[in-house]
Amino acid sequence: MPLDTSAQGAAQIEMSHVFKRFDNGTLALQDMDLTIRQGEFVSLLGPSGCGKSTALRMISGLLAPSSGQITVNGHAPGKGVQGGDVSFVFQEPTLMPWATVFDNVYLPLKLRGLSRRQAEAQVTEALEMVGLAKFGGSYPRELSGGMKMRVSIARAMVTKPKLLLMDEPFAALDEMTRFKLNNDVLNLWRRNGLTVIFVTHSVFESVYLSSRVVVMAPRPGRVVHDMALPDAARRDAHYRTTPEYAETCRLVSDALEGTMDDVDLNH
Amino acid sequence: MSTSTTDPVTMAPQAAPSEDPALRAARRERRMRILMPSLALLAALGLWEFLVRYNEIPHYLIPAPSLILETLWKDGPSLLSSAWFTVKLTLLSLGLAIIGGVALGMVFALSRTIEMSLFPFAVILQVTPVVAIAPLILIYVDSTFAALLICAWIVAFFPILSNTAIGMRSADHNLRDLFSLYGATKWQRLRYLLIPSALPYFMAALKIAGGLALIGAVVAEFVAGTAGQNTGLASRILESSFRNEIPRMFAALLLVSMLGILIFLATSWLSRAVLSHWHESEIKRQG
Repeated sequence: MPLDTSAQGAAQIEMSHVFKRFDNGTLALQDMDLTIRQGEFVSLLGPSGCGKSTALRMISGLLAPSSGQITVNGHAPGKGVQGGDVSFVFQEPTLMPWATVFDNVYLPLKLRGLSRRQAEAQVTEALEMVGLAKFGGSYPRELSGGMKMRVSIARAMVTKPKLLLMDEPFAALDEMTRFKLNNDVLNLWRRNGLTVIFVTHSVFESVYLSSRVVVMAPRPGRVVHDMALPDAARRDAHYRTTPEYAETCRLVSDALEGTMDDVDLNH
Repeated sequence: MSTSTTDPVTMAPQAAPSEDPALRAARRERRMRILMPSLALLAALGLWEFLVRYNEIPHYLIPAPSLILETLWKDGPSLLSSAWFTVKLTLLSLGLAIIGGVALGMVFALSRTIEMSLFPFAVILQVTPVVAIAPLILIYVDSTFAALLICAWIVAFFPILSNTAIGMRSADHNLRDLFSLYGATKWQRLRYLLIPSALPYFMAALKIAGGLALIGAVVAEFVAGTAGQNTGLASRILESSFRNEIPRMFAALLLVSMLGILIFLATSWLSRAVLSHWHESEIKRQG
């Protein structure tokens, strides 16, 4: 593999010349080329309308490209997902309100045909991973926003996926909860050797989390910068206060700003 | 409230001083919710009895509550058999409305084409007053019971159909995507996502349809008159009206509304039992 000196593995996701035009004529994504390797933590960063969520949904197989090629683990998107290799975390927790926390996390295994007893160990492990082992019997309405999001992450992790897709998962949470969940995700990534694709509109979040930031621009949605960030695997909470962090944020911020002459910057 | 302090029930369980005041307040509220309406009802009945006796209103105009009760007791066996007829009619039509409404509602939710084609028929059935269709049905259908059943069914069917279809469609979009991502089969999607999502809507429809089935059963019987031998409460009301037996009319009326109340309580209880652990409509908020 060219230029790849890290321990990262083979190309896991390949997008080449991917276009997406919606039925209403909007060009959501224009000529996107992206290769993501096993073990990377890639943030898709950009303002609303830059096609970052569209790209993520196409990688998951929920959305088909208008033209171009996408492969995930060598297959068309969606094929790997059904085996549980790929998990998706939405912006909202997206839990079933009628089911307990345990049953929500059990869902992906249930859909695969595992009985409760067969799944119990895995579900418990996933709940422990996000620190909610004691809340298996609670209903989603009894939990805080951050806890619901952690249930959602546990559900995504219960199938032990190789690829975790996250679509602005913490955008609706308060900052303290977000910081905590950022660390949770980083730990999951390190411990489980996942590949993560993380859609966000926060420069700070993307720099804190990622080994690589892909900056996207709107109208039409396209990739404008692809920046590798050093030392992602060794970061901890102190990283937020280091000069390196500030400097990287400034670099990414500049890259983002250069692409948005026609957008008012509120993010 | 002074009423609750004189209430012997409050005295019985000697409340421990350490007891949670919120719990005590909740228990008191529960008691008041039964006590106050009962007192109001008793007061209204007392006033009725008093006014009838005081003004010496003849019983063929307005009978006193005591006379109605007496009639109910005297005519009990025959009235109860009529009530049983009405109960059978109501519950059977409600049951059929549930089966038909849920089945067709599911089909509607799964297929837009079928919905587009069949929905007008459902609307026509719903908007045409049952009183207007009943005579025709009585002509075409031999068995009076079956004819009455059809009338009551028509009235109760629509809310279940439309709410089931809307409820199944109300399933969260992200959850739908999640089910697709995990490769859920059609059956799994129906069983684990669409049916639970539709449940609150179905329960709301059931509460309405329960009352409507009774109304349909009574109205249809009014149209049919006292033709059949095995007749329900509506025929008894008609028959008493012809004979000017006003106390009996009231007694039959009382049974009809008690039936309605029972159906309402049963459907409300069912709704709470099914939804109280998760749906906003049935969750009790603390303080």
